[in-house]
Amino acid sequence: MSLETIIIQLAIGLLKSIAIFALTLLGSLPLGLLVAFGRMSKWAPLKRLTLTGNGRFKQSLAGIRPLQILVKLYISLMRGTPLMLQLMVVYFGPYYLFKIPIGQNYRFTAVVIGFVLNYAAYFAEIYRSGIESMPVGQYEAAAVLGYSRPQTFFKIILPQVIKRILPSITNEVITLVKDTSLAFAISYSEMFTMARKISSSQSTLVPFVVAGIFYYLFNLIMAYVMERAEKSLSYFR
Amino acid sequence: MNVLELCNIRKSFGSLAVLRGITVTVGKGEVVAVIGPSGSGKSTLLRCATLLETVDSGEINYLGDYVVRTGPDGQAQYSPPADLKRIRRYFGLVFQNFNLFPHYSVIKNVTDPLIHVHKRGKEEAYAQAQALLAKMGLEDKADSYPYQLSGGQQQRVSIVRALAMKPEVLFFDEPTSALDPELTGEVLKVIRSLTDEHMTMVIVTHEMQFAQHVADKVYFMDEGLVVEQGTPDEVFGRPQEERTRRFLERYSPSAP
Repeated sequence: MSLETIIIQLAIGLLKSIAIFALTLLGSLPLGLLVAFGRMSKWAPLKRLTLTGNGRFKQSLAGIRPLQILVKLYISLMRGTPLMLQLMVVYFGPYYLFKIPIGQNYRFTAVVIGFVLNYAAYFAEIYRSGIESMPVGQYEAAAVLGYSRPQTFFKIILPQVIKRILPSITNEVITLVKDTSLAFAISYSEMFTMARKISSSQSTLVPFVVAGIFYYLFNLIMAYVMERAEKSLSYFR
Repeated sequence: MNVLELCNIRKSFGSLAVLRGITVTVGKGEVVAVIGPSGSGKSTLLRCATLLETVDSGEINYLGDYVVRTGPDGQAQYSPPADLKRIRRYFGLVFQNFNLFPHYSVIKNVTDPLIHVHKRGKEEAYAQAQALLAKMGLEDKADSYPYQLSGGQQQRVSIVRALAMKPEVLFFDEPTSALDPELTGEVLKVIRSLTDEHMTMVIVTHEMQFAQHVADKVYFMDEGLVVEQGTPDEVFGRPQEERTRRFLERYSPSAP
């Protein structure tokens, strides 16, 4: 197999890697914000039921925040287990657990679902760090001026949060470019899977070198894009 | 009719009683100064009046519109959110550390609440903001961002932002405490100019001379109580309470 064919084969794989990358960001950036809201939720439905009691047991019940607990568990699972394992669970889970037959097209869907769920957990914690670092005076100024709560969040708080968290987001974006290679765990034919296939059938290491160069160039571009994004937010402090 | 009545306000943080029954009334066009040592509850009182804190008991009304009143069980009962939303339009607040929105230009800081809270037209809002900025000597700063301004300029912008909403009463929470003496002067000058327009104002301040000159009424607070109140001549000239005298002695420039 000539170098040219290898490059063409890997370029096709690269397109699939890019698809995973783009769909993951598209899904996990908004989902992460929702997860962050859940993580910061102070909703305690038992508070009302136990208003009359003052026993220690009732007191502890009143403090339970079910949404926050659930989201904390989700984040801890996503961060505490390998992404490769999570991809396998999403891909094989439906069949082993519910005997649902899995079609060929499900492979790509499973990859994207797995990545979105995993990255949303990381993004949620990044959003939370940004939101919690905002000075309370910004909320108070908005409240006194009469902004509603959604207005306060989306107009006043979020733009400042995005500026603060952008360097952390850049980190995740760059990690994601390389993480797309984990899709080989369920044999989805993105670039890394392709490189392995070609390498073992042709017994050459060239595909890995080419793939490495592709990953590096991809990340170079992403680093540039993120730097531009940071610059575009440098008009305020 | 009084613009604002605070009646027997009580507020505790845990076991610490910060306000222990405070009554303050503010008439139309009046300038009220609230003075007192740190920790006396002045700022908390202002935060209760501007709905940034809730009171434990007592009553607050703006022009007879009740924010909170005492329920039959003796507990504070706040008006429904829709009423509070309306009542917020009666007042403006100038913060100690300005709290401008850093991602908005000066002009947008002023116009955005006009457009998105008061639902005014864009052109009308910009015209009004330009006029107010010009009055404060900030016309050339309209397109600057807050970080490009001095502290005094930022505070003047925040005063413009509050004034643009046309409040019935404007609160100042130690408006010059974050500024050096030179910048303090320029902000005080602006506040003084508002008294000429008969703006109703409540000013929490450590600037005793300023309070003496601009206020119609002075409240001296200590440990959550109003120790003494009256005209500036009464409170500064012939304080009746020993506590007031001790406090003012520290501020008199030529203490023996």
